[in-house]
Parts: sequence; structure tokens; C-alpha cells
Amino acid sequence: MTELTPVIEMRHIIKKFGNFAANDDINLQVQQGEIHALLGENGAGKSTLMNILTGLLQPTSGKILINGKQVTVDSPSKSDALGIGMVHQHFMLIDAFTVTENIMLGSEITKGFSLDTKTAAQKIKQLSEQYGLQVDPYAKISDISVGQQQRVEILKTLYRGADILIFDEPTAVLTPQEIDELITIFHNLAKEGKSIILITHKLDEIRAAADTVTVIRAGKSIETFPVAGVSSQELADLMVGREVHFKTVKETVEVGETILKIDKIEVQNARGVAAVKDFSLAVKAGEIVGIAGIDGNGQTELVQGITGLTKVQSGAVLLHGKDMTNKTPRQITETGVGHIPEDRLRFGMEVDMTLSENLALQTYYKSPLSKAGVLQPAEMDKLAQKLVKEFDVRSAGIQVTAGSMSGGNQQKAVIARELNRDNDLIIAAQPTRGLDVGAVEYIHQRLIAQRNAGKAVLVVSFELDEILNLSDRIAVINAGQIVGIVNAKDTNKQELGLLMTGMSLTDARAALKEKVNA
Amino acid sequence: MTTQKNSLSVALFSVLFGLIIGAIIMLVFGYNPIAGYMALLGSAFGSMQDIGGVLTQMTPLILTALGFTVAQTAGFFNIGLSGQALAGWVGAVWYSLSFPDMPVYLMIPSALIIGAGLGALAGAIPGWLRAQFGASEVIVTIMMNYILLFLGNNILQNTMSKGIKESAETTKQVGANASLQMKWLTDLTQGSSISAGIFISLIMIVVVWFIMTKTTLGFEIRAVGLNPDAAKYAGMSAKRNAVVAMAISGGLAGLAGTIEGLGNYLNFFTQNGSPAIGFDGMAVALLGGGSYLGILGAAAILSILKIGGLGMPMSSGVPFELVDIVTASIIFFVGASYLIKLMQARIKAMDEKAAQTTKAKKLATVGSTNDSNQKDGE
Repeated sequence: MTELTPVIEMRHIIKKFGNFAANDDINLQVQQGEIHALLGENGAGKSTLMNILTGLLQPTSGKILINGKQVTVDSPSKSDALGIGMVHQHFMLIDAFTVTENIMLGSEITKGFSLDTKTAAQKIKQLSEQYGLQVDPYAKISDISVGQQQRVEILKTLYRGADILIFDEPTAVLTPQEIDELITIFHNLAKEGKSIILITHKLDEIRAAADTVTVIRAGKSIETFPVAGVSSQELADLMVGREVHFKTVKETVEVGETILKIDKIEVQNARGVAAVKDFSLAVKAGEIVGIAGIDGNGQTELVQGITGLTKVQSGAVLLHGKDMTNKTPRQITETGVGHIPEDRLRFGMEVDMTLSENLALQTYYKSPLSKAGVLQPAEMDKLAQKLVKEFDVRSAGIQVTAGSMSGGNQQKAVIARELNRDNDLIIAAQPTRGLDVGAVEYIHQRLIAQRNAGKAVLVVSFELDEILNLSDRIAVINAGQIVGIVNAKDTNKQELGLLMTGMSLTDARAALKEKVNA
Repeated sequence: MTTQKNSLSVALFSVLFGLIIGAIIMLVFGYNPIAGYMALLGSAFGSMQDIGGVLTQMTPLILTALGFTVAQTAGFFNIGLSGQALAGWVGAVWYSLSFPDMPVYLMIPSALIIGAGLGALAGAIPGWLRAQFGASEVIVTIMMNYILLFLGNNILQNTMSKGIKESAETTKQVGANASLQMKWLTDLTQGSSISAGIFISLIMIVVVWFIMTKTTLGFEIRAVGLNPDAAKYAGMSAKRNAVVAMAISGGLAGLAGTIEGLGNYLNFFTQNGSPAIGFDGMAVALLGGGSYLGILGAAAILSILKIGGLGMPMSSGVPFELVDIVTASIIFFVGASYLIKLMQARIKAMDEKAAQTTKAKKLATVGSTNDSNQKDGE
């Protein structure tokens, strides 16, 4: 475009950890007022690069130039001073503090011995008007929505005078409507001359928000090009380095008998509040039922109730018509239930145990993995070797600790273990959270293969693309209750987005119709 | 593997630093540290009797350290090893004195089972309280140490019949049918109080290692200890495993107490405080770095210090208490292993830097002709 000096220029960045090069000659140029997406698979080196830019890591070699001047960013405070701000994926806010207090934290304005909250609040108000970031400066963090919390994070960087804002997977926690709002905010920021680096592996968002994209693969910057006119397919293929299939082709399958029947259950959360209320749903053999909803609407408690991890207060859970309400997790798994838990690190695996041991976690007590209470390590390793091969789990061997493996391979290991037991019901909660498109594609194919083989599959996800891609039927959950059940064929993202906020199906359809007419 | 290697080097550095601190203190107070440590070694290895003393000292420490490790693997901090040992000690001595005519082949196995069983019960109670009500096992075991201490003394003073007591404060010696001492061992070690207990301890190292690493029970205990949520998800019962692990832990401590009663002292006498073997066992387990062979080595080191320390005042004038300072410093350094690891990393970094500069110098003198060498230098 023009011969302007880039705001940020990273030249030939190499970062080695031992012999492993996380960044292997990466070049990045960001212009003022540009929204620049950084696209790459998990482990491609995006985070390492951004950690170098924000002073958390030092490059092994390479140069960083800010406004054409070479700089050394050897600490986070140095990066602050250079006008670089980061909005993290997991917000770093104190719930009990107000918006203003959170934003001030670390750079407080004082009046004598007391905080000058008023001046700070005024400055915040002025910033939020300038950039279209509506929040109440006096609201408590615990009282505002996730989308608003993210605005507070953005304001925090602006308050500190950031000209370059880095967003790490900013849409992971947002509803479709909130995502649209965030993209508007991006454009406002860019208009005011701020530069934005957007780290993501969501291709649609890059196309909607970014001006330019740099693709990073295996530690190398592959290509930088303008986003306009590029299709998601092209982006995905570049990122993965081969052709990717988004829409997993689903053949029609005869739906069989009811495997799982949930009948008016109530499940409480840790605080003793009913998180799932009067919830009924049936899943039949040969179908995938997706549960769509915003994080925290009872999905976790629902899955824990079905799988015996949490007590069901009332109602019944039936498997093959047999009452399994409040049976132990082992009794439930033994009736033929595979459970891919939402939090693989907390529930799905023992991160300090070996991959081999983790693959035996559900069956270690049965022959041939143990005999008379004595483990048979050779048999465990044999099973592990088989699963690793069959499910393409990559690691430095089956005796490494599960915690040392990448997220995608950990998830593949969990899925391998749960699918290998030939279960009739598969419950998959957030099966692809944090995984890149290559792994997502693979996992989706596996789940659909289960359905095609006549199993019942229940998928819980916050990702509407995933729900739409996988499901035959979609149940939308809001505040612990089903808002509506729709066929995947007859719905779309906008409709689901409205249902997720608690709107009824009739109202949602009417609202969308009105919008089209207007 | 690397962590095991790390904990070995941490342990060795800790012992070294502990001895250095001891030496500094000896110097400050005007003693000759070399003479002091020579006296310590002399008293620990001077005669067969001394060696017998070291082995006698090691016997219960191995068992209580094993007990501590099992509980720790399950995610428990068992501070109640002393009380659990005491339960085994009182119970086994009381039982064996009550049946003076029972044949030895019945008496010894049953006494060992009773002693270990009482320890197991004393361990299972805090395990159950935590599993059921979430009560902190640290507080419960500390309190139970007192309960068991005074219960034991009370049983001795008020419950045991006069016939099996020497005095109000001491029981009679257990009969030959219950004694774990063996004539050939006693003779070999010139009358030390060593007993078959040392063999029991060594066997238990293997047994506990087998249970914890080779059986489904050990697999479950490890899984529950490392991540209770994942264990529950995989269908293991966190409650059952908590109780079982604490029972095994207490059982091992109870066995240690039983061997003190039937092998070392051959009686029970009024205790002024909880037996030291409980707390020393924790020290052994910490120094052993969670490895079963490490426990054997650590028990040997602490026992050598203790027995050797007894002879120090006589031959070098260094007070016995110095040994406690050394032991405490060793444990301090194990606890501060972070410091040791940091130091090791610094030394390594300095070495690497030095190596790089020499390499760079070499390259400079040879001339920058060889490309592959330069790459290696990076």
C-alpha cells in the first residue's frame, strides 16, 4: 500500500528452547491503524512470538522495531512503556473490585493518601465513549457480563496508553452477538489509529475483522497477505499445510431405539443452587444431539449429573430404559457410556501419570490389564501402542507423562480411551476446545463415525459451528432449561444465538423475520 | 527418571550442607569439627555393637517413612505416625504379656498383626473423617497423637493387671515367645538390641513398593493422590482409597511401634511425649525424596547421625545436641530444595558460558573456516 514505517516490525525472530525452535525465522510487520491477524495451529509459535513482543521471553536472535526504531523488550513493563498492551484469553480481573478499581490497579492515581477514583473514572468514561466501549465505571466485575469484562480488559490497556493491542483468542468466551460487537470495537480502535494484532484460529473472524493476515506454521511465517477476497478454505489449507475438510460429510443413518433418556432432572451446582432444572431430553442410537448454550448455563452440571459425578436432586436418568440415576461413575461407564469430559486436565486425565497409564484409566482393573489385582504393564503398553496408532496420538512415546503432551494430543488420547470401549452412548463435552482445525476435523470425523456405527452421541459445545456441523438435533440450554429443540437442518447461527439468550423459538423466528424485512 | 535423579542430588547436597552448618557451629563454639565428625563416625561404626545400634535405629524409621510416603501418595499429610506407632507398641506388648504361654509361631505373627492393625485403625480414623466430612487430616492426626499418648499411658497405669507390670510406670519384659530378638544377631552385634525387625523392615520396603507400583490398589491410590477429580471420573472411589491409604500408612507405623516393643525395648513404659520415630520417619521420607531405595539410604544416614552423635560428647566433647542441629539443617535444605536446584542451574549456566567462551576463543584462533563447529556453538 504505502511506504509508511510499520508500527511494529519483527525481523527474523528465532526462539529456541533447547534444540526445539518454537519460532524459526518469523517476520511480522504491522502498520498503524491495521487489524493484523496471526493465524496458526496450536503450537505453531503464535504465543511464543507474542510473549517475545510483550517481554515475557527473549528471542534467541532477531530484531524488534517499534516505529522504525530498534528496541529491546526485556520485561513486561518495558513492553507497557512502548505502548504494547495485551488482552488475555483468560481475563485478569478481580471480581470484587469495580471496573474503575480494576483498571487503575497497578497505575493508581492518588490524592494524598487516598485513591482518586473520580479522576480515573472520568478518564475511563472518556475512553469508553471515544472507542465505543460501553461499561459502567462503577459496576462490580462480578455483576457484568463476560463481554463487558472483556471491554474492561481493553480499557485497561488503553488507560495505560497502549497504541498496539494484542488480542489472544478474544472470542472464545463470547456469544455470536458479542462477537459482532467486538468486531465493531476493533474497527473503532483501528479508526482511531490503534494497531491490533489478533491471535486466533477461527477463520470466519479473521475474514470479518482483519485487514491483513500472517500465517504461521511450525514456527515459520509462511505468508502475509490482505484478507479481502480470501476464502476460509484457503486460509485453513495454508495454516495446516494441506487440504482441510470443514463440513464433515454425514450420510443419513436410520435412527434406532432410545439409548439415553433424561427425565425432568434437577442438578445443583457447587453452591447448592439448581443449575439444571426440569430438564428432559432423549438421545437415540444413530443420532448426534448437540446442546448449545453460553458457558455457565448448566451444561457442566448436566453432564456431571448424567455421568454420576454430581448428585441428581430429582428426576431420572435412564440408559437402555434402566434407571441409572445417581449410580456411581463406574456403574454408569460399565453400562456402556463413554465420557469425554469438558475439562480434560481436571477430569479427563492424570497429567502426572504416563500416557500408557492414562489410556488404561477406565479399564485398568479388568483383565487383561490386570490379573488378581496386579497390573500387567506389558498389556497396558500393548493397548497404548494400539490406541496411539489407531487415533494418531503423537508424543515422545507412551511412557511420557500426559501433562507433557500438547492439548490436541491429550484430547486425542482421551477420545481414544473413551471410544475404544465400544460404548453405546458417547457424551462429548467441549470435545475440541482450544484445538486447531486439523485436530477438530479429525475429532469430528471420529464422532460422526460413532453415530454412523449406530451409537448415540451427545455433544455439548459453546461453539455454534461445531454444534451445527455435528448435530442432527440441537437442544438449546439457557439457565439450566431447554429453550428449544430444533433440527440442525432447519436452523442457523443467528437463530441459535437468540435462543441461547433465553428467547423462545417463536420469538426468535419472529425477530429474525422482522430483521430481514427491515 | 530425571526427578529421581534430581531428588538424589538434592538429598546429597542437603546432607553435605547440613554437615557444613554443623561444622560452622562447632567452630563458633570452639570445637574442632574434624575431631567431632571423626568421633561421630567412630561411635557409629567403631564396633559391631555400634553397627547393631545403627540398624536398630533404622528399623522403625524405615517403616514410619514408608507409612508417610503411602499417605503422601494418596494426598495426605500423616503427622499421626507417632500416635499410630504408639498404638501398635502398647497393643502388641499388652497382648503378648497377656498370653505368656502361647507358642512362638502363633504369638509373633498374631502380635505383629495386632500391632499393625491397631496402627491401621488409628490411621483409618483420620482418613475416614477427611473422606466423609472433609476434616483436615493434619489437625486430626496431631490431636490423635495426644489422645493415643495419654490413652497408652493410662492403659499402662490403670488398666493393665498388676501381674504383667514391673512397676506403676513399666510393664514386665515380654517373654521369649514374643521377643523378636535373635540370639545369633545379638551375639554378632555384641549384645545390641537389634532384632528380626530389621528384616521385617527390609521386606516391607519391597512389599510397599510392589503394592504402590504394581497393583491396581497402588494405581488407584496414586491416581486419587495426583488428581482426585480424574480418579472419580475414572470410577475410583476417593473415599475408599483415602481410608485404605491411611490404614496402610498407620499400619506401617503400628508395625514400627510393635517392633520397638517386641524387638528393641521388650516392654512398654510411661511416655513423656509422642515417640520420636514418627517425626523422624517423616524426615527420612522427605530426605528419601519419595523413592523406596531413598528411604533406606535416608534412614541409614539419620541413624548413623543419631547413634554416632551419642558417642560424640565422650570422645570429642561436642554436645549430643549438635546432631539434632545437623539433622534439622538437612531437613531444612531438603525443604528448601528450590534453593539447591537454583544453585545447580546457576552452576550449569556458568559452566555452559565458560565452555562457550573457550569454544569461541578456540574458533577465533583457528579461524572461522569450519561452519559446522559454529553451528554446534549455538
